[in-house]
Amino acid sequence: MKSGSNLERILEGGQFAVTAEAGPPKGSSPKVIQRKGELLKLCCDALNVTDNQTAIVRMSSLSGCVLLKELGVEPVLQMVVRDRNRLALQGDILGAAALGIRNVLCLSGDHQRFGNHPAAKGVYDIDSIQFIQMVKTMRDEHRFLNGEEISGDVPFFIGAAANPFADPFEFRVTRLAKKVNAGADFIQTQGIFDVPKFVEWMKMVRDRGLHEKTHILAGLIPIKSVGMARYMRNNVSGLSVPQEIVDRMADAKDAKEEGVKICLETIEQLKEVEGIHGIHIMAVAWEDIVPRIVEEAGLMPRPVV
Amino acid sequence: MIIAEQKALTEIEDMVGPYRKILVVGCGTCMTFCSAGGPDEVGQLAEALASGNKDIVVEKSTIPRQCAVKFIDRLESKVGDYEAILSMACGNGVQAVASRFPNKPVLPALNTQFIGVEAESGIWTETCMACGDCILWRTGGICPVTRCAKGLLNGACGGASEGKCEVSKDRPCAWQEIYHALKRLNMLHYLKEKPQVKDWPIHPGRVVRQDLREVEAS
Ligand code: SF4
Ligand code: SF4
Repeated sequence: MKSGSNLERILEGGQFAVTAEAGPPKGSSPKVIQRKGELLKLCCDALNVTDNQTAIVRMSSLSGCVLLKELGVEPVLQMVVRDRNRLALQGDILGAAALGIRNVLCLSGDHQRFGNHPAAKGVYDIDSIQFIQMVKTMRDEHRFLNGEEISGDVPFFIGAAANPFADPFEFRVTRLAKKVNAGADFIQTQGIFDVPKFVEWMKMVRDRGLHEKTHILAGLIPIKSVGMARYMRNNVSGLSVPQEIVDRMADAKDAKEEGVKICLETIEQLKEVEGIHGIHIMAVAWEDIVPRIVEEAGLMPRPVV
Repeated sequence: MIIAEQKALTEIEDMVGPYRKILVVGCGTCMTFCSAGGPDEVGQLAEALASGNKDIVVEKSTIPRQCAVKFIDRLESKVGDYEAILSMACGNGVQAVASRFPNKPVLPALNTQFIGVEAESGIWTETCMACGDCILWRTGGICPVTRCAKGLLNGACGGASEGKCEVSKDRPCAWQEIYHALKRLNMLHYLKEKPQVKDWPIHPGRVVRQDLREVEAS
């Protein structure tokens, strides 16, 4: 075992994993994260704590992870390279290891321009792929980026994101390969609505044998309303929402029910795709729906490993 | 070349407020090419300042470059008659003039933006951030350090869509351009290489050419 995390044990044991996102609040109360932790504890194998998501300042991801851990929930520490240079990233990795965090997701991060401090100076000292490689070196060779030795273990299960829907399409798999070669043990994908395109991408992934070198968790975003579907279709770059989904949401009597139905149908289709080892549910501001989705997708109870 | 834009007139008026006699100095190279501080702009700014305040005396002068002492020296005979110099050079030129005339206030009339090119008539874009270790040979002649909004060395990020950067539909995604350039040049193998971490330069930069120093000394 690289990290001994619950997520690693489930995936390495060949079981289908379920993770979800638990975003920290724009405030200092521990209750928000604790509530999400309690809610999702039984239906997920690990919870991702986002890191100043969409470049909006929130409680730090590391603190959120500690709060979850105190409840007995396994966290995935999300870290973006937008806000920290190589010194800060490595320092936080060591701190997270000391606090018993075992999963990390290495990301570029949305550009600061989108957030609530658009004039902030973006750091981007290293990029997400260099970051993955840096954590792997810290873990496997006990060395910092500069080659100096680290005392103690840095046992992380290293994750990365992949967006099959960004451009150039034919290059996305090459970039995934780069992440896997750099050390990504697991991948959480962008939210999937366009299943045929995703299936085509997965075929390219399998052709390169990448599904055997890393664990791919397919991303899902439950949609609550037609407004949300339209917003994602028109305003979130790198997200592909087919018109059919927008139409279904618009025609539905009960939009929320339709959203759940779409999500469940997508999970059914994804389960059939060779090389998919789990799902990652990003129910932004709709965490309450996650237990029901996991239950109705037939993924309960979660394995104890 | 270096690209700059003129500051708002109100800010320039605030800066020159304490002075009655002002020398407006243009730059004949980059600032002329980017239409920010050449002879035309010097003339327009001098006129705007004089028409806004009848009491002041504004004189104009444009030298070939404000970043070379040999040209700055040409101002020597004039400077004594003025209380302040309003420089229409890039930040580098302003500082060169200020260090040549340490007893005169030298004021910047422009906001220096970047090293770049005129992409289309009236549109300039940034192309190089002087990172000190050029990698253009591996990126199809397109600089990711500068032209990717996140300066990624292993792009494109997940926000790239239809050739545009996630930051704005007005910006091409540099990594998409790099991909197509490398494909065209049969150099896609560069994209598969192990990611190297960049050694960022220490600012302020300093270049020492020992060979030239030795020639000078002998
Ligand atoms: S890599 Fe980019 S920033 Fe660095 S010197 Fe070359 S063009 Fe300039
Ligand atoms: S969309 Fe392209 S240019 Fe913009 S930040 Fe991402 S990789 Fe860089």
